[in-house]
Amino acid sequence: MVAQNVAFWIIAIAMACAALGVVRSSNVVHAALYLVVVLAGAAAQYILLAAEFVAWVQVLVYIGAIVILFLFGIMLTRAPMGGQPDLDNDQRWPAAVTALFVLGVLVFLLVDAFGARKIRIDDSLRTVGLSTTVADSIFRTYVMPFEIVSMLLLAALVGAVAIARRN
Amino acid sequence: MLDYAWIVALLPALSFVVVLLVGRRLPRHGSEVGIAAVGASLVLTCVVAAQWIDRVETAHGAGVRPVVHSLTWWRNGGIRIGVGTQIDGLAVVLMFVVTVVSLLVQVYSTAYMHGDRRYTYYFAALSLFTASMLLLVMADNTLELMVGWELVGLCSFMLIGHWWEEHANTDAALKAFLTTRTGDVGLMIGVVITFFAAGRTFDIVHINQAALRGGNHALWLAGASCLLVAIIGKSGQFPLHTWLPDAMAGPTPVSALIHAATMVVAGVYLGARLYGVFWTGFSIHAGGVNAMALVGGITIVVGAVLAFVQDDIKKVLAYSTISQLGYMVMGLGVGAWTAAVFHLFTHAFFKALLFLGAGSVAHSGSHHSFDMKRDMGGLRRYMPVTFWTFVVASAALAGLPPFAGFFSKDELLATAGHSGYTTFLYVGLLGAFLTAAYMTRCVYLTFFGDFRGHGEPHESPPAITVPLVVLAVLSVLAGWLYATVAHVEKFQQWFEPRVAFPAGVVHPPFEWSEGVLAVAAVAIGFAVAYLYYWRDAGPHGATARDGFARRAHTFLVEKLYLDDLYTGLVVGTIKGPVARATSWVDDHVIDGAVNAVAGGARAAARFTYEVLDQRVVDGTVNGLAEASDETGGLLRSVQSGRLQWYAAVLFLAVAILSLALVVFN
Amino acid sequence: MQLNQFLILSAFLFCTGVYGVLARRNGVLVLMSIELMLNAVNINLVAFSAFHHSVSGQVFALFVITIAAAEVGVGLAIVLLIYRNLRTPDLDRVDRLKG
Repeated sequence: MVAQNVAFWIIAIAMACAALGVVRSSNVVHAALYLVVVLAGAAAQYILLAAEFVAWVQVLVYIGAIVILFLFGIMLTRAPMGGQPDLDNDQRWPAAVTALFVLGVLVFLLVDAFGARKIRIDDSLRTVGLSTTVADSIFRTYVMPFEIVSMLLLAALVGAVAIARRN
Repeated sequence: MLDYAWIVALLPALSFVVVLLVGRRLPRHGSEVGIAAVGASLVLTCVVAAQWIDRVETAHGAGVRPVVHSLTWWRNGGIRIGVGTQIDGLAVVLMFVVTVVSLLVQVYSTAYMHGDRRYTYYFAALSLFTASMLLLVMADNTLELMVGWELVGLCSFMLIGHWWEEHANTDAALKAFLTTRTGDVGLMIGVVITFFAAGRTFDIVHINQAALRGGNHALWLAGASCLLVAIIGKSGQFPLHTWLPDAMAGPTPVSALIHAATMVVAGVYLGARLYGVFWTGFSIHAGGVNAMALVGGITIVVGAVLAFVQDDIKKVLAYSTISQLGYMVMGLGVGAWTAAVFHLFTHAFFKALLFLGAGSVAHSGSHHSFDMKRDMGGLRRYMPVTFWTFVVASAALAGLPPFAGFFSKDELLATAGHSGYTTFLYVGLLGAFLTAAYMTRCVYLTFFGDFRGHGEPHESPPAITVPLVVLAVLSVLAGWLYATVAHVEKFQQWFEPRVAFPAGVVHPPFEWSEGVLAVAAVAIGFAVAYLYYWRDAGPHGATARDGFARRAHTFLVEKLYLDDLYTGLVVGTIKGPVARATSWVDDHVIDGAVNAVAGGARAAARFTYEVLDQRVVDGTVNGLAEASDETGGLLRSVQSGRLQWYAAVLFLAVAILSLALVVFN
Repeated sequence: MQLNQFLILSAFLFCTGVYGVLARRNGVLVLMSIELMLNAVNINLVAFSAFHHSVSGQVFALFVITIAAAEVGVGLAIVLLIYRNLRTPDLDRVDRLKG
């Protein structure tokens, strides 16, 4: 377990720093790239948790499509390539307070609720993370939400096109 | 009919309403309604009289009670106020007088008031007056009597001021009303006093009975004195006689009806009706002098003397009326009840005749003028009927037998002599002398000598002369109802009350000495006047020569300066100092109090407005509004419109809630 | 590995995302912060799926990813529209609902 722990911590710290970078960077593109780090780190954590299908879907969809989308958005909104000092609005400090407060509450709750409970990494877990298992689950147990989500995607697609159309 | 006698008063009242409403559209402008109503009342009165006489005759001299028919109008706390009729001899006599004279006057008025500017209204007023006078004489309680009393006063006011376009007429009407009003104060107080003295009753029979039983003499004296004041006012006794001559400003038929025959005798009627009160109050049985006889006696002389210096024929007759009313009151004062009432009865006829005759003269002879010296004279050649009826009336008035006045006056004087009032016997004889003299003067100036007026005098139309003749006949015959010389005492038998009547009233038999004495007084008076006017003897032109004579003459012409006394002293005091004092009280005390209250209200209002309303209430309201505004401003900043602000609030709220959930779980 | 590690990591990411949503002015950056939050949730889900040996958590995470994609698409379209109307992607300018 030590290797996994070490891996986890390294990746976790990287993710944390990158997340801070996203929200504190004064360059929009930099913020997007920090986001990529966070997403990649998340994928790595999935692997650690033996959820291989989810990890690869994360890489594919999130890093492959969503970040590209973000970059397109940045370009289209004429964000200057350089840094901007005023990317933060007036309520930085209240926001910080709120965020810290929420963090505090959550941490307290989690520690209180779960203590030192461990995740057992064993074969059953690996079986769970298999693509076949996930696919089985999707197309059997959760076929209805699957269909609905596809509808939702269609609607979002159409909606986005309709909103952003230049008339 | 005795129980339904109120119909007699109702008919003229209805006639009043009818004439007022539709009179103008009728062919004779309402006079036919008035005459018909009074005629019917006269017929019914005769029926009532016949029934009463029958009642008396069948009782054979026993105590015949008056027929009282009364309805309770109002009963409260032991006091009963009723309305009804009391028919006895006195009421019957007066009813007859009122209806006869009213009928004749109305017939006379159709010619005299022909073409008048307010012909219909005049007849309505006459009908109202007749109804009121009948109400007065038929009243069974003092309150109803007072109502009738006031109503006839009102009608007198209306009728004296009939031609109110001329200021003098309204002045006369006001003077009459106010002077009689002074007397009415006495009536009101007197009614109240008798109410209590008689044991809380307004009923006339009961009051008389209570008075004759005796009791608190001072109270009865007070009541009688107050009622005497009423008589003085209404019946033109000295010193409140000043209104009667001025009342001649009204139309002559009105003078005949109201100020000769009927209204002015209301006072005498009051005295006769409540005789028990006067008998007890003034101790009339005692003889000597009492207030009532004294007032009457003075009035006789004052009226007669003032009649001498009048040039206006109506004023002569007015003073004559005052004098004769003095006789009646004096008669009541000396205990000659029957004689006084009988004199009232006869006087009504011949005085009305005299007034109507004067009206006839004015209408057809002197071109509507009443000034004897200027516009009359020698009219006997042109107006024979008027002349002879006038002479008959004058003789009756003077007291010449066989005319009516002789019998009534003679009886009166005889009673005075027999009851121990010998002073008043002489006063009466003096009055008889004077009456004969001034009436002769009046007849001479009007009908003898040369015609001094202008125009063409002629006899009056039948509507005028027929009533004159009728009254002349009555003036002759009426006297024989009570001719003691012939032992005819029908009047006394039929009409003197037996119940609630003083037992001490004397009825002296006829004595030739007294009768001769009376006739002698009259004859001497006539002779003196005859010599003065027909033979030009005596002190002609004395006023021009002699200062004393002139001053005496002026004193009489100025009506003993009584008018000046009243106007200057009484009215002047009231209009001057009293009015000023009252005005001062009004301005300073009353208005001061009112202004103070108003000022207080204003100050309170100002305080309420400035302090309470502006500062407290408005302050609160404004403060609340400002607080709302500020809070709104504060709260508005929550709605910044910025999404992230909303999100921040959301998150914070959720965090806090979850913390709370955890902590308290 | 402890469960709490993952959960606290997820909490940290989530709060960072909250801070970003509240404090960033550019609309695109706000969307990025929302992605952070969603990822935090995903880590949570997968961690619990591993904890309970249940596949449902992973299936749920998959759905979340899908939804996130759709949401980013639509969100960027909106930001584009704002930019087109207001000439700036500054969200502070979007205050029509201001009271």
